[in-house]
Amino acid sequence: MIEFNLPSLGADMDEGTLLEWKIQPGDTIKPGQVIAVVDTAKAAIDVECWHESTVLQLLVDVGAKIPVGTPMALLLEPGEDPHSARRTSSEAPRLIEGENLTDRRPRISPAARRRAVDLGLNLDQLKGHGPKGAVTLEDVEMAAHLTHEPQHEPQHEPDHEQAMRQTIAAAMSRSKREIPHYYLSETIALDKAMSWLQEHNAQSTLQERLLPNVMLLKAVALALREFPQLNGVWLDNAFKPARATDLGVAITLRQGGLVAPVLHQVADSTLTHLMSELASLVERARNGSLRSSELDGAGITVTQLGDQGVDSVLGVIYPPQVALVGFGRISERPWVKDGQLCVVPTVISSLSADHRVSDGHYGARFLSEVRRLMQTPEAL
Amino acid sequence: MSLVMTYREALREALRDAMQRDPRVFLMGEDVGRYGGSYAVSLGLLEAFGPERIRDAPLSELGFVGAGIGAALAGMRPIIEIMTVNFSLLALDPLMNTAAALRHMSGGQFSVPLVVRMATGAGRQLAAQHSHSLEGWFAHIPGLKILAPATVEDARGMLWPALLDPDPVLIFEHAQLYNLEGDPGDWASIDINRARIRRAGKDLTLITYGGTLGKALAAAEELAGVGIDCEVIDLRVLRPLDDATLLASVCKTRRALVVDEGWRSGSLSAEIITRIIEQGFYELDAPPARVCSAEVPIPYPRHLEEAALPQVASIVTAAQQLCQGKTT
Repeated sequence: MIEFNLPSLGADMDEGTLLEWKIQPGDTIKPGQVIAVVDTAKAAIDVECWHESTVLQLLVDVGAKIPVGTPMALLLEPGEDPHSARRTSSEAPRLIEGENLTDRRPRISPAARRRAVDLGLNLDQLKGHGPKGAVTLEDVEMAAHLTHEPQHEPQHEPDHEQAMRQTIAAAMSRSKREIPHYYLSETIALDKAMSWLQEHNAQSTLQERLLPNVMLLKAVALALREFPQLNGVWLDNAFKPARATDLGVAITLRQGGLVAPVLHQVADSTLTHLMSELASLVERARNGSLRSSELDGAGITVTQLGDQGVDSVLGVIYPPQVALVGFGRISERPWVKDGQLCVVPTVISSLSADHRVSDGHYGARFLSEVRRLMQTPEAL
Repeated sequence: MSLVMTYREALREALRDAMQRDPRVFLMGEDVGRYGGSYAVSLGLLEAFGPERIRDAPLSELGFVGAGIGAALAGMRPIIEIMTVNFSLLALDPLMNTAAALRHMSGGQFSVPLVVRMATGAGRQLAAQHSHSLEGWFAHIPGLKILAPATVEDARGMLWPALLDPDPVLIFEHAQLYNLEGDPGDWASIDINRARIRRAGKDLTLITYGGTLGKALAAAEELAGVGIDCEVIDLRVLRPLDDATLLASVCKTRRALVVDEGWRSGSLSAEIITRIIEQGFYELDAPPARVCSAEVPIPYPRHLEEAALPQVASIVTAAQQLCQGKTT
C-alpha cells in the first residue's frame, strides 16, 4: 500500500489547502494523472500522482489546510489485496531526530498552548520553530500579531494577490539577506540567430514557429552543462549540483505577481518541443492551473524582460538556487564587425550569481559560452 | 573593603573561628593534624589548638565516623573530615542508619549534631574510584542536610550555621575549588536554606551547584554573546532543595537547564527537573534539559575524563538547543 503525501509545490511552500479531489475510492490512477487540486499562496495547483495504483482511501477532507508531507490518500499497488496490504510511504521519510513518523499530535509547549487558548487561536494552524519543531510562546505571539492586522471586509476566499506578494517578499528578502550576489553582463550579437530564426519560421507551420526566447533558454541550458556550479541549490551550507538542466522560467501574471515554473531537461529538448512546452506553461501560469511537477526542482531561473522594453535585467536569485540569468529587450544596436560600424540585433544577457558557489571569472566564462552558442543557432 | 582569600583559606578560617567560639567543636579525620590536611585546609590548626581538638584518625572511615556520631550524641560538636566522598562509602551505614535516623527512631530523644566535610568531584585524573560526585546520592536520605559551597563566601560562612544545626549536616567541597580566589563578603549572615541567583537573566534558567558553577557562569557569558540571557542559580543546599527560588526563576524564563556533575540516571538533576515539571509544567516553553557526566566510571586519561564531564561547550550547546526558534 502506498501513502500518498502532499508534495512540495515550490521551495517557499510549507502547506496548502485541499480544494478538490479528482479521484474517489475505487478509481485507478495512471502515472502522471492529476488527482487533486491544492491551493497555495500563489495559485491553485494540479497535484499529480506518479504511482500506477488504485485508490483505497482518501485521508484529507476538502477545505483542510495541511502541511507538506501530510498523507493525503492510501493507494493500492497493482495486484495488492487491501486486507493484507502493508502501509509504506510514497516518499522517502524525512527522519528528524527523535520524531516518531506516526506521531501526528502537534508539539506545543504548555506555555504556548495556554497562550494560544487565551488568544483564541486555532492550535492546528500554528507553525512551530522551537526544539524539534515545537510551537513555542514566541510562535503563538507571532501568529497572534499577524492575525490582528485590520481586516477591511470579511474575506471568504484566500486573498491570492496579498498572499503572493507576501511569499515573494519573503523569498526576495531571504535572497538578499543570505546570498552574496555578484553581477555580470554581456551583450550578445544575435544577427546570425535572428536570420536563422527567420528562415526557420518561414519554412515552418504556425505550430512549429519559434521565438528567440527558446533559443536563449536552450543556449543557457547547454552552457550550464559546461558550467555546473551555476545549476543547483544551496542547502545545509553546501552547494548541491542539479542532475539535469531544469530551468525555472519567470512569468509575470497579469493580475500581478510572479511565478517561475520549471521547464524540464531543457538541454536535451528540441527547440520545437521547448516552444510548445513554454507556451503551455505561460498559458497555464496565467490561468492559475499549473501542475505540481512544474513548481519544484529548478536549478536556475531565467528571466526575460524583453516585452517590457528594458535593456537589461539584474535580477534577484530565487533561493535556494545559486544563479539567475537575465535577458533584456532584443534591440538593434550599433555594432562593430571586421572594423566596420553596422547595425545588429543584440540582447544584453546578465548573470546574478551566488558568490559562495562561483566566482566572477567562472560566471564570465559561462556568459561567454552562452554568447558563443548563440553564434551557431543551427547547433541549438 | 574587599578581601581576597582562597576557598581553602576560607574553610580554614571558618574552622579556626568555630573552634574559638565553641570549646565543644573539634576536627577529626585522616591527616588533618600533623600533615595539615590532605588538601591543606587544616594547616596550622594543630599548632593553634592542640591534639585534643585536631585529631588524626586511623585509616578507618567506619571507625572514626562512628566515633564522631558517638561524640555528637554525647554532647560534643564534632567536625568529621572524610578525605573524599569516595571513601564515605565505607561509612555509609553509620551515616545513613545512625546519624540520619536516630532522631526519628528515638522519637526525638536523641539528635546527632554532627558535621561531616568531604572533598568531592573529578577533573584531576584520579580515575574511576576517586572521582565520584555522590552528593546527589546523599541528598536522597531523609535526616541529612546536604550543603555544597561553591564560592569563597559560602566556604567561609556555611560552617557555623551547620554546627548550630542540631541534626547531621554534610558539606561537600569540590576539589577543584580549593584554589579558587574570592571575597568572603558577608559570610557572617550566610544561611544554609536557600539557593542563590548568581547571575540574573530572562531567557533560560541554568541550575547548578558546587564545582560546575564556574562552568555555568562561563557558559552564560558565552551565551550572552549570542543573544541568550541566562539566569544562573547556585543551589548551595542540595537537601532540602529550594523549590521556591527554582520555580520563580523558571516561571520567568520558561526554560530550564540543569548542570550536574553526577551521572545522569537517578541523579539530583532528575529530582530537580521533576520538581520543575510538577510545580511549573504550564509555565514551560521547552522541555527541561540537563548536562550531566557520561554514564561511565570516570576515565583516567585526561581527554577521556574531559569528555565525560560537563564542560562549558556542552552547556552552551544544550542551552542553544533549548532556545531554538527564539528570535527576540
